[in-house]
Amino acid sequence: MSEGFPTANDPPEQEPSTDFAVRLGAAQRAGGLIVPVLTAVLAFLAGGIVVAATGHNPLTAYKGIWDGAGFNWLFHVPWDTNTIHLDAFNLSQTLLTATTLILVGIAVAFPFRCGLFNIGGQGQYLVGLIVANWVGVSFASWPTLPHVLLGIGAAAVAGAAWAGIAGFLKATTGAHEVISTIMLNWVAIWGGQYLFGQGGPLQNTYNPAAPESGTVVQSARIPVFWGNSVLQGLDYGFFVAIAALVVFWLILNRTTLGYEVRAVGFNPEAAAYGGINVRRKYIQAMAISGAFAGLAGALDMLGYLFQFGVLDVQASQIGFLGIAVALLGRNTAIGTGIAAFLFGGLLYGTTRGLNPNVFDPSLAGNLTSMIQGLIVLFVGADVFILYIWNARRKLRLKRRVEAAAT
Amino acid sequence: MPDQTVLELRGITKRYPGIVADDNVDFDLRRGEVHALLGENGAGKSTLMNILYGLTKPDEGEIFVGGNRVSFSSARDAIEAGIGMVHQHFMLIPVMTVAENIVLGVEPVRDGVLLDERGAEQRVGELSEQFGLVVDPTALVSSITVGQEQRVEILKALYRGAQILILDEPTAVLTPQEAGELFGIVRSLKEDGKAIVFISHKLNEVLEIADRITVLRRGKRIDTVPQEGATEEGLAQMMVGREVLLRVDKAPASPADIALAVKDLHVLDDRELEKVRGVSFTVRRGEIVAIAGVDGNGQTELVEAITGLRRIESGTVAVGERVLEGRSTPRTMIDAGVGHIPEDRQRRGLVLEFNLAENLALHDYDKPPDSKRGWLYPARLVERATRLIKEFDIRGGGPLTLASALSGGNQQKVVVAREVARNPVVLIAAQPTRGLDVGAIEYVHQRLVAERDDGHAVLLVSLELDEVLSLADRILVMYEGRIVGEHAAGAGEEEIGLEMLGGRKQAVA
Repeated sequence: MSEGFPTANDPPEQEPSTDFAVRLGAAQRAGGLIVPVLTAVLAFLAGGIVVAATGHNPLTAYKGIWDGAGFNWLFHVPWDTNTIHLDAFNLSQTLLTATTLILVGIAVAFPFRCGLFNIGGQGQYLVGLIVANWVGVSFASWPTLPHVLLGIGAAAVAGAAWAGIAGFLKATTGAHEVISTIMLNWVAIWGGQYLFGQGGPLQNTYNPAAPESGTVVQSARIPVFWGNSVLQGLDYGFFVAIAALVVFWLILNRTTLGYEVRAVGFNPEAAAYGGINVRRKYIQAMAISGAFAGLAGALDMLGYLFQFGVLDVQASQIGFLGIAVALLGRNTAIGTGIAAFLFGGLLYGTTRGLNPNVFDPSLAGNLTSMIQGLIVLFVGADVFILYIWNARRKLRLKRRVEAAAT
Repeated sequence: MPDQTVLELRGITKRYPGIVADDNVDFDLRRGEVHALLGENGAGKSTLMNILYGLTKPDEGEIFVGGNRVSFSSARDAIEAGIGMVHQHFMLIPVMTVAENIVLGVEPVRDGVLLDERGAEQRVGELSEQFGLVVDPTALVSSITVGQEQRVEILKALYRGAQILILDEPTAVLTPQEAGELFGIVRSLKEDGKAIVFISHKLNEVLEIADRITVLRRGKRIDTVPQEGATEEGLAQMMVGREVLLRVDKAPASPADIALAVKDLHVLDDRELEKVRGVSFTVRRGEIVAIAGVDGNGQTELVEAITGLRRIESGTVAVGERVLEGRSTPRTMIDAGVGHIPEDRQRRGLVLEFNLAENLALHDYDKPPDSKRGWLYPARLVERATRLIKEFDIRGGGPLTLASALSGGNQQKVVVAREVARNPVVLIAAQPTRGLDVGAIEYVHQRLVAERDDGHAVLLVSLELDEVLSLADRILVMYEGRIVGEHAAGAGEEEIGLEMLGGRKQAVA
């Protein structure tokens, strides 16, 4: 034996491998569903303790959020007409949020599988939003379907190009994608403020005093299929997001590109040895990721926003939430989807959807941030959670051994 | 009393989830003897010694040192009981001197607080003289050789008053010459009355140095035998549980046309230093050419250049009819017909997180039948894997088992299967048996010879002189980036060993 370090080569002789990455990888596979579920449960428990500390009943608070997200609509009996309309509306809003979260989640999850950490989802989302707004305001004479498709397509391409910059820099100069995507976020934010701001090329033409974009024309708006289009109903973009999950899964598991991306993500050296052009994969993975984020921007703009102001550019945060969604979803298609619904419900259920009599909205908003933060923290503390889990199992094993001994 | 027992392990059992690393193992050690612990990877040797050194607690069993029952909760306890351990991987601080490393933690002090450097150096000097452990106490650790680093580790243990010394695979990192010197040191320690546990899976050295040999297999003690009367064949059978062919059985080579021609190759390493300095050689179909050499003399860079993983500074590599100059990539070399068993299978040869089907497709996933126009057909990957697993006798899992779940030997079988099944023009095997146990080594050797007999060219790069001597039809010796010797099969070990250390610098054109 002359390996330079203990490896999985001889597991029975060593304590389980000391290499963190190897252990994490193995643990994640072993953990399967356990860890993300445990993570979420722990985060909610910790959140509940804080709620209790403020003098509220955590159960009431969580029930309020559940109802606020409209999830109670699913358990309605058809003849209950009391709150069903409000609940339906709440649920449609939750799904609208989830639509965005699914896509920005994929935008983080996909490059993760290639070993890249895309923090630039927000910037790519904004770029998609801006381009979609531009397309949506222009071409007023077009029929709906081609107009919407052009807007979506252009936004996806723009997002891909934006993220592709970071991939290209990584591949050619080795610039770390975390740094470059963060910087590109700022370029997108300031770019958006310039474009929509007073005198900016994309500012509206009817109110020069308002630093806001023009309004997307009717023909470029994605039709609503659930709820009232005037009251921001749920549009067909929702199905685009669901389809994106399927596409994400197919690319990863049923294409040579996905094979290459996963090989590079797990072990770039082995991938290069296998004949894969690792640098090209970095560029491709980032570009594809940016396309998903750009798509998110387009669906939001053409689905319900229709207009965006300088202040909105500054306040927008949803792209960053993609990181939490991807982390909790384990960078898988199904996981990302589930996590997006969870966060969508949490986000809407603690803000506009929440009944202010149940829980003080100003507190509830913070509760969301806190649960988000805890989930990210716990996902990061993956190994710790597995440790607790394994300790429990070991204890049981020990008890059994002791019982057998006596 | 020569037969005085200084250490006794009774009924040691250690369980890990899903596996019993040591199962009711007894072991004893007498004053002034070398007791070898022999076993394959995963047999439980390291776990047993980690228990003895206080690094792991046994689930059952007792430890007696000098007749007293002890229970160690850390290495510190073991050291205090007079036990010293030299790990396979040295734990020295490169920027400090030899003497400073040795006294670390138990420094001699003068004037209350100051390190007594002179005193430390003197003590170390005395110790090293007493046991023939030649090393300069004032030298920086970063400037000494691996063999000397090992001596420093031994001195460290002796300085702490060790009477019992555990050497964990001590020859794994040494050249044959250095190993010989180590054996001399071990003998002088023995004469001084120290008791030594010698962990190894190399049969010849165990027979050379040990007084008694305990064989472990799958966590169980198979037997303890005296050195007299023990044979390599007998020990191998105990280790593996079946009869093992230790000598490679092969007919004389019948070399045909040239498959690989390397001409005046120059290659830089990562630090831009020239590691390959004008190497030229050819490998013909139907022969095994081996490159012998001490680690770090440019073999790694040479292999990487031939396989397209490292840029070629100047010179050419020709595979069959194709001459590849300058910009070659792994892809072009794979397509040209180069098969490559890389020296580090876990870092490069396998994607451990991929299952076997995916790993076996690593070079061909982008061609039919694996895929068509970018669409991958996982079922076809599984199909191939099922076939290869059977053909190459890969054990421990099926096509959907993750590579990380296999033992080292079976992981290597996966790599060998993938490379051999592609029917390469030339197969490059870099340290193909590194870290493998007897049974797996036998398998890999037989496969390489079978490839040769099938009319393929095989280039073997190995640090193990034994392996080179038993497999090669032609031997090239590499030293400081150059080929310094060429020998026909059956050349003397002494001469090659000397050339490996730069004893004769004679370039072969």
